[in-house]
Amino acid sequence: MIEGGADMKQTGTAELRKGHKNRYKIAVHVVLIFGVLVTVVPFLWMILTSFKTLGESMMIPPAILPKSFQPVNYASALSMLPFGIFFYNTAVSTIVIVAGQIFLCSMAGYAFARIDFPCKNALFLIVLSVLMVPSQIFLLPQYLIIQKLGLLNTVSALWIPNIFSAFGTFLLRQFFATLPKDLEEAATLDGCGQGRIFWQIMLPLARPGIVSLAIFTGLFAWNNLMWPLIVNTSTSKMTLSVGLATLEGAHFTDYPVLMAGSVMAIWPMLVVFIIFQKQFVQGIALTGTKA
Amino acid sequence: MRDASAKKRLSQKKKDGYIWFVIFTLPTVGGLLIFYIIPFFQTLLNSFKTIGDFGQANWSGLENYRRLFSDPIMGQTLVNTLIYAVVVVPVGICFSTLLAVLLNTKIKGRSVYRTLFFLPSVTMPAAIAMVWKWLYNSDYGLINYLLGLLGAKGPQWLADPHSALASVIIVAVWASIGNNMIILLAGLQGIPASYYEAAETDGANAVCKFFRITVPLLTPTLFFVLVTSLISAFQAFDLIFMMIPNSSAALTSAETVVYYFYQNAFITSDKGYASAIAIVLFAIIMVITAVQMKLQDKWVNYD
Repeated sequence: MIEGGADMKQTGTAELRKGHKNRYKIAVHVVLIFGVLVTVVPFLWMILTSFKTLGESMMIPPAILPKSFQPVNYASALSMLPFGIFFYNTAVSTIVIVAGQIFLCSMAGYAFARIDFPCKNALFLIVLSVLMVPSQIFLLPQYLIIQKLGLLNTVSALWIPNIFSAFGTFLLRQFFATLPKDLEEAATLDGCGQGRIFWQIMLPLARPGIVSLAIFTGLFAWNNLMWPLIVNTSTSKMTLSVGLATLEGAHFTDYPVLMAGSVMAIWPMLVVFIIFQKQFVQGIALTGTKA
Repeated sequence: MRDASAKKRLSQKKKDGYIWFVIFTLPTVGGLLIFYIIPFFQTLLNSFKTIGDFGQANWSGLENYRRLFSDPIMGQTLVNTLIYAVVVVPVGICFSTLLAVLLNTKIKGRSVYRTLFFLPSVTMPAAIAMVWKWLYNSDYGLINYLLGLLGAKGPQWLADPHSALASVIIVAVWASIGNNMIILLAGLQGIPASYYEAAETDGANAVCKFFRITVPLLTPTLFFVLVTSLISAFQAFDLIFMMIPNSSAALTSAETVVYYFYQNAFITSDKGYASAIAIVLFAIIMVITAVQMKLQDKWVNYD
């Protein structure tokens, strides 16, 4: 609009086109802002409700802002369930899963992409076949393994099967496969062994792939519901997702308390996302283009 | 002589390579074998057994599958899952594509928009379910209040069997847009600007450019998004588990195959039957993915 007004000297048709362009841009912004409202309002409503009293939350018409921003509901959510412990369990299992997958998948991905071995392709196909199977198929036997190991209701139960990943192996194999071959040859001539080639040359080059895997896996592990729900039923070993489900079961009509619990469950990942936005966006985009 | 020693060196190098290969792949291949591949076959075998509460198992042949095909709840969950997938996936992809195309123009605040649209994708489904349950609340919820301002009386949403599945679908679409938008945006950015410039000199308008250049060149990305979205739609569980209580009359009208699997596997502990459900789900996903792979030549452009 403003730009259009500034260019008074332009010829009529150019101005007309510019006017069209500006109108188009305004229309785009209108659509995008509507989209933002639909996306963001549930989050705002969650935060606002978490500070309201039960009475305030049930007013008609609804009170948009709470009378005071005192963390009363947070205190009562914390007094009902140990969200600090849930946070610890979720954080520890997420970190172990991400670190474990990076370590295991980068080694396996590198070997499948770069080292000769008889029947390598057949072996890789077996790994790939795991990708095609919906995860529910593995759940009952995995549960029984964890039970046999006596690990039900432990933090270890949360991460053990999830540090192995066919997807991660596949993703990183794709990465290692695109790196130029002469790098290795040069390193071999310099007397580097496979271990050093992998660790000092290949691994740093695969960084974008590793970041991408870390983000994908981190989101999955942090937000996962079904696996932690079935292996850990004792309150002190629950994750944030399961804690929320439990809070809901215990207090399903007190929405301000439920919203306080929800805010406590989602803020860490939101903060991580805001800090590492660029990596998140590139990482997610990469899983789309490489896989 | 020199030839022989070179050969020897080469084979020594090869052998070293084999050892490294084993060292590098053994942990992953072993872990996948123990926690994924063997469990797959165990579930397959268990689907032919009747397993009691204390783990005593008897072969029962196709009994579980026979039960499955005459089980009205199983039929209902299949229908629900199908409706869920058939609505969530295309509607979600349409919105994601629209936003991605709009964000692929030179517009102010692109990265802010992108960040905001991605927020639901980093939010745990359990929390998403909670806040939407609150928004949907028929007495004090924001949605029915806003509908009231427009003069409409909102439905009972999650509590009503007629609208429960639709309510969950709306949330699932809302939650799925950001992730696919990012992938599609990357696909759009891979389309060379020269194509559009060439079209412009030929006098093509925006609509023409969209359908003649953008859509055909985006088809590989759309195909990837379609395949992965359908696979995850068929595994829908979290939102329904969190939003519709076990005791609700609306549960049967919204419960999915995976929800029914979860109930049989871990609540009523009918493990043989649950295994059969998981195998049927696997078969459905395989067929759908195979059909898509077959159909991709018809619409996906790989050059």
